[in-house]
Amino acid sequence: MVSTPPLSGLVLEHVAIRLDGKLLLEIDCHIQPGKILTIMGESGSGKSSLLDFIAGFLRPVFEAKGRVFLNGQNLTTMPAQDRHIGLMFQSPLLFPHMSVLQNLMFAIPHHIKGRSIRREMAEQALTDVGLTGFSARDPATLSGGQQTRVALMRTLLADPKALLLDEPFSSLDQTRRADVRELVFQLAKKNNLPALLVTHDAEDARAAGGMVHWLDDSRNQNGCTGSVQPQEF
Amino acid sequence: MPKVTGRPDIPTVLVTTLLAGPVLAGLAGSLLPALGYLPVLGYDKFSTTPFREFISTPGLGRSVLLSFGTGLAASVISLAIVLVFIAGWSSTRTFRLLTRFLSPLLSIPHAAAAIGLAFLIAPSGFLVRLFSPWATAWTRPPDILVLNDPYGLAMTFGLVAKEVPFLFLMTLAALNRPHIQDYFRAGASLGYGRMASFFKVVLPQIYPLIRLPMLAVIAYSTSVVDVAQILGPTTPSPLAPRLVEWMNDPDLSKRLMASAGAVLQLCVSAAALLLYLMLERLCAVVLKLRYASGRRHKRENLARKSGLFVMVAIISAMVLAIVVLGLWTVAKSWWFPAALPQRWSLNRMSDAFSMGGPALSATLAIAIVAALIATALTLWLLEARSFRNVRTGRRLNLLIFLPLLVPQVSFLFGLQVLFLITGLSGTFTSVLLAHLIFVFPYAFLALSDPWKRLDPRFAKAAASIGASRVQIFWKIQFPLLLRPILVTFAVAVAVSVGQYLPTLMVGAGRIVTVTTESVALASGGNRQVAALYALLQLIIPFAVFSLAAIVPSLIFRNRSAMRLER
Repeated sequence: MVSTPPLSGLVLEHVAIRLDGKLLLEIDCHIQPGKILTIMGESGSGKSSLLDFIAGFLRPVFEAKGRVFLNGQNLTTMPAQDRHIGLMFQSPLLFPHMSVLQNLMFAIPHHIKGRSIRREMAEQALTDVGLTGFSARDPATLSGGQQTRVALMRTLLADPKALLLDEPFSSLDQTRRADVRELVFQLAKKNNLPALLVTHDAEDARAAGGMVHWLDDSRNQNGCTGSVQPQEF
Repeated sequence: MPKVTGRPDIPTVLVTTLLAGPVLAGLAGSLLPALGYLPVLGYDKFSTTPFREFISTPGLGRSVLLSFGTGLAASVISLAIVLVFIAGWSSTRTFRLLTRFLSPLLSIPHAAAAIGLAFLIAPSGFLVRLFSPWATAWTRPPDILVLNDPYGLAMTFGLVAKEVPFLFLMTLAALNRPHIQDYFRAGASLGYGRMASFFKVVLPQIYPLIRLPMLAVIAYSTSVVDVAQILGPTTPSPLAPRLVEWMNDPDLSKRLMASAGAVLQLCVSAAALLLYLMLERLCAVVLKLRYASGRRHKRENLARKSGLFVMVAIISAMVLAIVVLGLWTVAKSWWFPAALPQRWSLNRMSDAFSMGGPALSATLAIAIVAALIATALTLWLLEARSFRNVRTGRRLNLLIFLPLLVPQVSFLFGLQVLFLITGLSGTFTSVLLAHLIFVFPYAFLALSDPWKRLDPRFAKAAASIGASRVQIFWKIQFPLLLRPILVTFAVAVAVSVGQYLPTLMVGAGRIVTVTTESVALASGGNRQVAALYALLQLIIPFAVFSLAAIVPSLIFRNRSAMRLER
């Protein structure tokens, strides 16, 4: 059966990932632009390998079936750097040898020429997340919440076509968490990006307000199908 | 764990004395004779004569340039090869495959590698034989200077082939830092190519860990003796081998001249280090200017493929060199241009084994005792430091690297004089001590990372159920680290076996190892015997490394978490 994928959004078509022949997860889903799909599951349920598969980092020990489409384009065999998928990690991963500004300018596409224009874009991004005046700072001197906000802007400045969020709020304390989360979701919607959030925190899922896909059981809703066999420990 | 202060930190003091002591004493022992002061030989007045005589030696300028040029070029080329290869291929299948070849290559002593490479690339060597006479029409060895060429190209090649595995494994260890793999992903998810991610994101973070090993490579390569004697130019030779020649001259007054030369060697290596540090700064500045440009460098295929090609070429050359050594040891007659021996014989091998027996047992005895002491001392130092919650910082690292950052000739001359005065010269103890100076740094290098990665909570858990410090060490830390400890022991054995100059200088001809023998034989005409001694150098480290791999697998055969990760 050959189907034509929708021309917009992120499509996971009959994706199944196995390790040593054992099924880790199965998912079949379409994420519309500006919408967030939340994937819930305990650690060890294969959440990270799904993100690795979509972003192009899946290690060869895993065996993956199915295809990934982004805005109608098949990504499945493309190298990671050509996929235009923005990734936010569990830790902000700001490059410690660069200043905050260099971190941001590093992400701006090369076709945007002119040092002053690039610089202005980066400064504007800082202002957008309430960090005006932080450009010359060493990333290590920023608080966890500030680092996550810079990491978010770094991801967005690279002009991605989709967002993958790998528990990016898990390192933040409870008070900052809600603010940063709100900011990430708001910007993803504003940029009209399909986003996939992986978390084990039900609060994150509620705040995302989109579909929720459970890797642990069959409580799946909103058009996402797939199941996973219980893990043995 | 409680923080203990006040009591002296015995292992740190011991290591400091063991490493800094001989280096400083040796440097002083070279400097004084260089200034004309060597009372044992009757020179008891300071003078500038040694320096003046030394400066007027013919061809000195060329020797200095050769040492400086070949050493620095070999080091920089090696680092470039390693970085380009790792940038292009890390965490691929090809990479894992080649890693399996590169680690054993590290344990090949320099002299053995040089002899093997010489037999490979010489005008009458294996490569020419492969293509003669059918492609080259040569029925006798061509009259070209491939070996011992006046520009030191063969020597540079030999050094590169040996330093690439070392720098590769050092960089690989640095890549084991937490989160480093995530930074590769961060780079790729921002659209950067593999190599661009490595050079712009990863390398600046791990370079501080590669720097000291790189400086050690420069200091070593600019003052190398054994490789230079086997592959290097002879008219004139680079500086270090000339100095050794004078040092062993029956005319004792040449020793003063050699000491003056040792001081100059120190300056030559220091100049090379300084130039490298300037180069490093320049690269850092250029790289920094490019962080913000946003260039993704996605067209990297050519660079990746060339990096792979050069690496495969080096590995192949080394493997072929060993194969050629093996062929020579079982060859009875092997005339040019036959690609394989005409007649085979194992007799020579058994002859040489009985002939080389004493050298082999001396090598083994020194290597095992030195490796035992170095491994034990490293464990003691690491355990004491983590018990006291002292981090192994920059100062300790620098101290441990000190013997590797000072050219060997520069302080071994002085050390030899000191051992002569104390009557220790030519004894097992003095050679052992000289080996330890070089073995310990590598043992520490091999073990400190695994020790740091050991989860401290194991020790805490044991302490909380009442285990004493001694129990924690023997029952928890030692068995958990058995694999890296045995690997450390094997590394230490390999380093000791490879020591040429310390054995030659301090052993004073009375202690002879397979390494000093094979270098002496390399220049002679008998390829069979030279090959056999070179092979003997390989057998010891290979045997010990195999044991280090097998023993833990047997002991922990029912403990799946103790196996190596895939």
